Amino acid sequence: MKKNLLAGILAVSMVAALLAGCGKGTAQNTGTAGTQAAADAAAGTEQASTERAKANEIVIGIAQDLDQSLDPHYAVAAGTKEVMFNVFEGLVKYDSKGDTVPAVASDVQISDDGLVYTFTLRDGVKFHNGDTVDLDDVIYSIQRCKDDPKVNPQTSTGLQCIESLEKDGDNKLVMTLSEPNTELMSLLTLAILPADYDKQDTAPVGTGPYKYVGRTAQESVELEKFADYWGTPGNIDKVTYKINEKVEGLVMGLESGALDLVSHLSSTQVAELNKDNFNIEQGTMNLVQALYLNNEAAPFDNELVRQALCYAVDRQGILDMAFDGYGFPIGSNVFPAFTKYFDESLVGYYEHDVKKAKELLTQAGYPDGFDMTITVPSNYQPHVDTAEVIAEQLKEVGINATLNRVEWESWKADTYAGRNFQSTVIGLTADPLTARSLLERFTTGQRVPDAEGNRGNNFINYNNADYDALFEQAVKCYDDAEQVKIYKEMEKNLTEHAASVYIQDMADMVAVRKGLTGLTFYPLYVLDVSTLKWE
Amino acid sequence: MMKKKLNGYLIAGCIITGIIVLWIIIGRFYTPYPPTKMSSAKLQAPSAAHLFGTDKFGRDIFSRVMQGSGTTLLIAALTIMIGAGAGTVVGAVTGYFGGIVDEVLMRLNDALTAFPSILLALVIISILGPGKYNVIIALGIVFIPSYARMMRTAFAAQRDVNYIISARLMGASNLRILLIHMLPNTLHVLLPALTIGFNNAVLAEASMSFLGIGVTPPDVSMGYMLSEAQGMFRSAPWYALSVGGVIALLVFGVSLIGEGLQIMNKEVN
Amino acid sequence: MKYAARRILALFITMILVSFLAFAAFHIISGDPARAILGMNATEKQLELMRHELGLDKPFIVQYFSWLLGFFSGNLGISYSYRQPVASLIMPKLKVTLVMVLISFAIIVVFSLPLGLRAAQKSESRFDWIRTSINQLCMAVPAFFLSILVSYVFGIILKFFTPGDFPKMDKNLMGALRYLFFAAVCIAIPRIAMAVRMLKSTLIEEMEKDYVRTAISRGNDRVEVLKKHVLKNSLVPTITFLGQTMAEIVGGSIVVEQVFGIPGMGRFLVASISNRDYPVVEALVVILAFWVILSGTVADLINQKIDPRLKLGGRA
Repeated sequence: MKKNLLAGILAVSMVAALLAGCGKGTAQNTGTAGTQAAADAAAGTEQASTERAKANEIVIGIAQDLDQSLDPHYAVAAGTKEVMFNVFEGLVKYDSKGDTVPAVASDVQISDDGLVYTFTLRDGVKFHNGDTVDLDDVIYSIQRCKDDPKVNPQTSTGLQCIESLEKDGDNKLVMTLSEPNTELMSLLTLAILPADYDKQDTAPVGTGPYKYVGRTAQESVELEKFADYWGTPGNIDKVTYKINEKVEGLVMGLESGALDLVSHLSSTQVAELNKDNFNIEQGTMNLVQALYLNNEAAPFDNELVRQALCYAVDRQGILDMAFDGYGFPIGSNVFPAFTKYFDESLVGYYEHDVKKAKELLTQAGYPDGFDMTITVPSNYQPHVDTAEVIAEQLKEVGINATLNRVEWESWKADTYAGRNFQSTVIGLTADPLTARSLLERFTTGQRVPDAEGNRGNNFINYNNADYDALFEQAVKCYDDAEQVKIYKEMEKNLTEHAASVYIQDMADMVAVRKGLTGLTFYPLYVLDVSTLKWE
Repeated sequence: MMKKKLNGYLIAGCIITGIIVLWIIIGRFYTPYPPTKMSSAKLQAPSAAHLFGTDKFGRDIFSRVMQGSGTTLLIAALTIMIGAGAGTVVGAVTGYFGGIVDEVLMRLNDALTAFPSILLALVIISILGPGKYNVIIALGIVFIPSYARMMRTAFAAQRDVNYIISARLMGASNLRILLIHMLPNTLHVLLPALTIGFNNAVLAEASMSFLGIGVTPPDVSMGYMLSEAQGMFRSAPWYALSVGGVIALLVFGVSLIGEGLQIMNKEVN
Repeated sequence: MKYAARRILALFITMILVSFLAFAAFHIISGDPARAILGMNATEKQLELMRHELGLDKPFIVQYFSWLLGFFSGNLGISYSYRQPVASLIMPKLKVTLVMVLISFAIIVVFSLPLGLRAAQKSESRFDWIRTSINQLCMAVPAFFLSILVSYVFGIILKFFTPGDFPKMDKNLMGALRYLFFAAVCIAIPRIAMAVRMLKSTLIEEMEKDYVRTAISRGNDRVEVLKKHVLKNSLVPTITFLGQTMAEIVGGSIVVEQVFGIPGMGRFLVASISNRDYPVVEALVVILAFWVILSGTVADLINQKIDPRLKLGGRA
């Protein structure tokens, strides 16, 4: 047997060697160096990436495939937007601070009453199909986002204030509003698309620094530098995104030399990497991670219980335990990178205090604690980890928490849409990047069904009349500073009434292969590849 | 010579399994550390204080394995009982009687075999909700078809054997023939299959955990830990190795018993 | 011949049964394809529109029969997640998995038959327990644990292949084969151990039967007896086992594909289930069913040729 086993191992390695040899042969024959070189047994990691550096290409690892439709007006998944950010632009676009800067429009004039916007179209902006952008394309794109029922409701609702879009000559667009809207510029980052093109969902065409080349389901997405880009062009010629649902697979891909860059890694995953080959850059995920409590489900219909939980949960403890100390604590439903609206004073509103938590629980009628369930989407490890740590922390005040790991689609259907849960750990993003998109969701309008019987996004069933009134004020307020103040009041309201247990904005660890530079962080869930370059 | 050998496997298997089971039983009452107790001593290599090291939350892996292998043993054992039990009944009925019952049951059996077990598990978890016992039911059902098919062949092969025919002629009832005459002769097929099934059940539980539909924390199982350990193979190899090692040892011990039983069974015959 | 025809008919019935079960399964499990496509913030109105577009607003039975009708006219439908015809989406994935499974099967056959024979021959040896124990250990190692080890050792350290960089089959066939080879080995090892064990016990059992003992005691050549009777009679369980192996390694490929990052059918199935991409799952489930049942049917048909006593169901 031993002999046989040895013989077996020998035979297996011989076949392997044979295959390896053959592989080499093909590589030389076909000469498509990029991938084959990577597979070349002798060549190894360094060479694979050096080859790519020479060819001026990069491979980025992503954990989810893109949406079914690549049409930017219909795309919903954050992962899709992260990639397609490089392909599309609006009249204006976000810079790395989260401010809007001119893009397809070269200039914008706003009337004093805030009702008339005059955009000047930038000269010679080209679509990836070679056509020049004209006013019809712009009007078509805005109109579509306003009227098409398939567009993200947060965008289309915001655009309803547009009363008319008129051409003034060849390169001026006059936009008249029915009422001022301080958040309009954020909405106008919507992609400008060619008016007479109907294949956006499978072969998207935009004006961005990179153009879409193709995709293979569950394998890869390819982008290519757009030579006729109006602005600062990208450096890298070809960008390939490789998809692997298992983050462990992505980490291994980095190690093996298959990938050059992977974002959204955790500190544990980063620890797996050989630091000689990678730089680790740290940004923020730009989301609000919280233990969201269903305010209608007992015992969380009791404000005292919710407050008790806020005291019982040790945020710094979670960061230390599950995130190696990385991450940014928060106190309400706005993340720190959104500096304009972030209220730092709320972070320390509930200091970790077991005694106080117990007092509150006793006051609420639960001196011995209670059992609760934390629902978590099983595919988001950071949320699962957070929930595990919370469950352990809650033991101290006598609360016995069990985790309920569910599939992501079940989470969306049952927990989010069905609101059939007690508590859940999740991260909410701002899309579009406005305070409204973060805070409107907790109003009564979003809680109860509308005339057609549709419920909005207030999945935690937060019910507070003051909050509703503040929101009404905020939408009607056209003075920016005043509006910011009201939104901050709303944040404070959420904190004081312990709408949920707010935890943190997670750190976004990006592993970048040595030699690749220029990574830029945005307060959005995007990865700008145009600034990346090989040294 | 033969006699000595069979005892060897059986004894070795019983010793290994016995130690693990004892260890698991002790784990019900005592673990060096509380299995969910977190500490700042994260991802520590094995030491005297932590025999298997600590995991990403600074929990003692030894204590967790003690408890987790109990869950796993329970899941695997019950799964096999459901799978083999129901499978034997189906196999006996179809293999012995043949005919239309055979046709219908085997078509259903085929459909169940061919049905992706993940999807089946998802359906059952959807109906019953997550949790240890529902995992067992889901896996148990998944395991029926392979046993049914195997037992059917074992029973069918005996159907027209002389002594069965004569038993039938002597007026023995079908039940009697199945239980007294045929079942013992299928044991040589069933016993090794049980131990292989045990291995598969442990693995299936791991795969379910891997896909996020297994047991739910604070419950802990070997599958859950193994899928967790996969991502830390470089920074904490002891995690995967100790969990994988205990799984392997458990399965090894059980298969040795299977081997021993098989030989003993042959001796008796 | 009639038997074969019946088996093939049974195959089709089972495939339809399976497709119906899968359809029903989707009705039971939570999650909504429209919501999967439109995301968290979709309004009820958008969802309705999408459901209408996908035909999900029709009754369950109607949906099923329109799918079945499409299937028989060779139309597998359009994937929800990719807006592409299902057939063209899954074809490349099927190819990858099929190749991997065949390599794996070949490895199993090539290694288990000689090893099994030898194990049976040497079963009287004093060192048999070592052999048996090694074999048992090979069975006890979980395939995905093995996959992790192999991708580290052969991928990261020895660099025989690049984990995470599966070459496209039509562009770099040898590279792809090499990549698949390592995955196939991981699937094969536990199965080889099982096969060896099964072969050994079947052979020994057969050799201990009276007719064999008699034949040998009568002075017939041991090897001759082995070849003529023992091997032939051991063939039936062996072929049944191989049939099962063929079916089961497809299932085993799911986890291995995940670890190795191979864009095959198993990974696609898992992703499509979690995306609630019904048309893709339906197609994959039916193909999987076809494969599993076909393996069993072929094994049965061969067995029946070898041993006509096994003509099951012939009495009905």
